[in-house]
Amino acid sequence: MRPVSYSRVSDVATAIATVAADPTSAYLAGGTTKIDMLRIYAEPSQRLVDINSLPIDHIEVQPDGAVRIGGLARMNDVALAPVVVDRFPMLSEALLLGASAQLRNMASMGGNMLQRVRCSYFRDAEASCNKRAPGTGCSALAGVNRGHAVLGTSPHCIATHPSDAAVALVALDAMIHVQNSGGHHAIAIDDFFLLPGDTPEREHPLNHGDLITAIEVPALPAARNSLYLKVRDRESYEFALASAACALTVTDGVVAEVRLALGGVATKPWRARRAEQVLRGAPATRETFARAAAAEMADAVPQPMNAFKIELAQRTMIRALETLTARGEAP
Amino acid sequence: MVASQLPDAVQGPGPVDVVLNVNGATHVVRLEPRVSLLDCLRDHMNLTGAKKGCNQGACGACTVWVDKRRVVACLTLAIACEGREITTIEGMAENGTLHPMQKAFLSEDAFQCGYCTPGQIMSAVALLAEGHAGSDAEIGEWMSGNICRCAAYPNIRTAIRDVRDGVGGVGRATR
Repeated sequence: MRPVSYSRVSDVATAIATVAADPTSAYLAGGTTKIDMLRIYAEPSQRLVDINSLPIDHIEVQPDGAVRIGGLARMNDVALAPVVVDRFPMLSEALLLGASAQLRNMASMGGNMLQRVRCSYFRDAEASCNKRAPGTGCSALAGVNRGHAVLGTSPHCIATHPSDAAVALVALDAMIHVQNSGGHHAIAIDDFFLLPGDTPEREHPLNHGDLITAIEVPALPAARNSLYLKVRDRESYEFALASAACALTVTDGVVAEVRLALGGVATKPWRARRAEQVLRGAPATRETFARAAAAEMADAVPQPMNAFKIELAQRTMIRALETLTARGEAP
Repeated sequence: MVASQLPDAVQGPGPVDVVLNVNGATHVVRLEPRVSLLDCLRDHMNLTGAKKGCNQGACGACTVWVDKRRVVACLTLAIACEGREITTIEGMAENGTLHPMQKAFLSEDAFQCGYCTPGQIMSAVALLAEGHAGSDAEIGEWMSGNICRCAAYPNIRTAIRDVRDGVGGVGRATR
C-alpha cells in the first residue's frame, strides 16, 4: 500500500480549507474505494483528511417533499430510511442490491457518486489505461471486455460506471450539492457524470477541494411505483450486467409518467431519454415497451465480448416496465 | 459561519502512536497511518481471529465491528478507529463461555476449513441485531458479503436460524 499521512477534521469549513490547500490531499470517508485504490497502487500517495466526523450524514424531508441525503450518510442507512423506502423504492432497492452489508455500512453516498470504475485494466497499474494514465491507450478495447459499456463509450474508454444508486438518482433527477471555499452550488446529477469522450480521466465536474455535502431527491409521486431491476452473474454481491431504475404511472392503459435509467451498460449512469420519449402517452403494452427499449439501444456500440448486453438491456427494461404496469393495476 | 477550527495535527507517513479500544481494552500501538485495521489487529495486537482473505473488501473474512456495525477491517485504516469501539471474534466469548452463535456454528458443523468462520460469526451476530434474518433468502442476501470457499452455507444458515429461534446447541448429530 502507498504511504499516506492522516489528519481528522470535525467541521466542513476546515475540511475544505485543508484539502483545498494541498494538491496531494484527499477526503477519506468510508474508504471502500480510496483504501482499495491506494493498496493496489492505482492512486499516488496522499494526505488523507478524515471527514467521517463531519455532521453531514442526516436524511431529511424538505418542506417541498424533497429528501435531502447527507453526503456522509451510509448506503445501508439511506436504503433503510422509511422515507426512502416509501417515496423512492427504486433508490432503496438499488442501494440494497449493491455491494455487501459490510461495505454498505461503510460507504458514504458522496463516495458512492465518486467511486472508481471496476475495469480491471484501470485497476492494474501495469496496464495501459487512458483514465488512469491519459494518452497510454485503452487495454480493454482488445482485452477482456465482457463487463464493459455499450452506451456512451469513446475510442479512449469503455469502462462501465459501477454505481447502482446513481442510476436510481439519475432517474429521479437528483441534485448534487457541493461546497468549496467559495460557497455552495448544486449540480444536476445528469451533468455530474461526464462521458469519457477525449478526456476519460475527467469523470465529474468537481474541482480539487470540492466536497459533496448532500444529494437532494426532488419529490416525485410517481416514484412510489418504482423499482430497481438488476441482472448479474450471481444473485447477490455482484455488479450489474444490465440494470434498470424505473418509475411508472399508467392511466387508462396509457403511460402517463415514466422515469427510466440504465446501469451496467454505459460509461455513466444512463438516463434512457429516448425510451421515455417513446413511452410517454403511448399504450402501456409489451409492444410499446419493446419499441422504447430498442430505441434506447439503437446507437449502442458492442465490443467483441459484450454484444449480449444490447439485448439484455432491452429485456431488462421491458421486464421492469411490465412489472410496474402489473403493480399499478393491482387493486 | 463559525470560524474554522484548526485541523488535528497531520500524522505520518512514518509511524505514530495510535490508541485503540479493542474488545473493551485500550491498546497503544505504533504504526504507520496506512496500516489497515486488519493488519493492526493481526500483526500489532496478536489478535489473529480476523482473517486476511482477499485484502480488497471482497471476501468478508476480516469482518469486525466498529461502533457495533459490521465492517471489513481490510479497507479500514487503524488510525481512523481512534475513539471508536472495535469488537473482534476474540471479544465474543464472555468469561470463557462461547457466544451462542459460536456454539451454534460448532453444533451445526457450520464450517469446514474454518478460515472464513470468524468473519461469518461477526456478520451473523450483527445480522440478528439488524433484524435481517427473517427467512433463509434474507439471511442469504444479508450474509452475501461473507464468502465460504468450502460452501458451508446451508449449515451457516441453520446455525443462524438456531440462534434466531433460541434452539442453539441441538446439533446435527442428534437429529
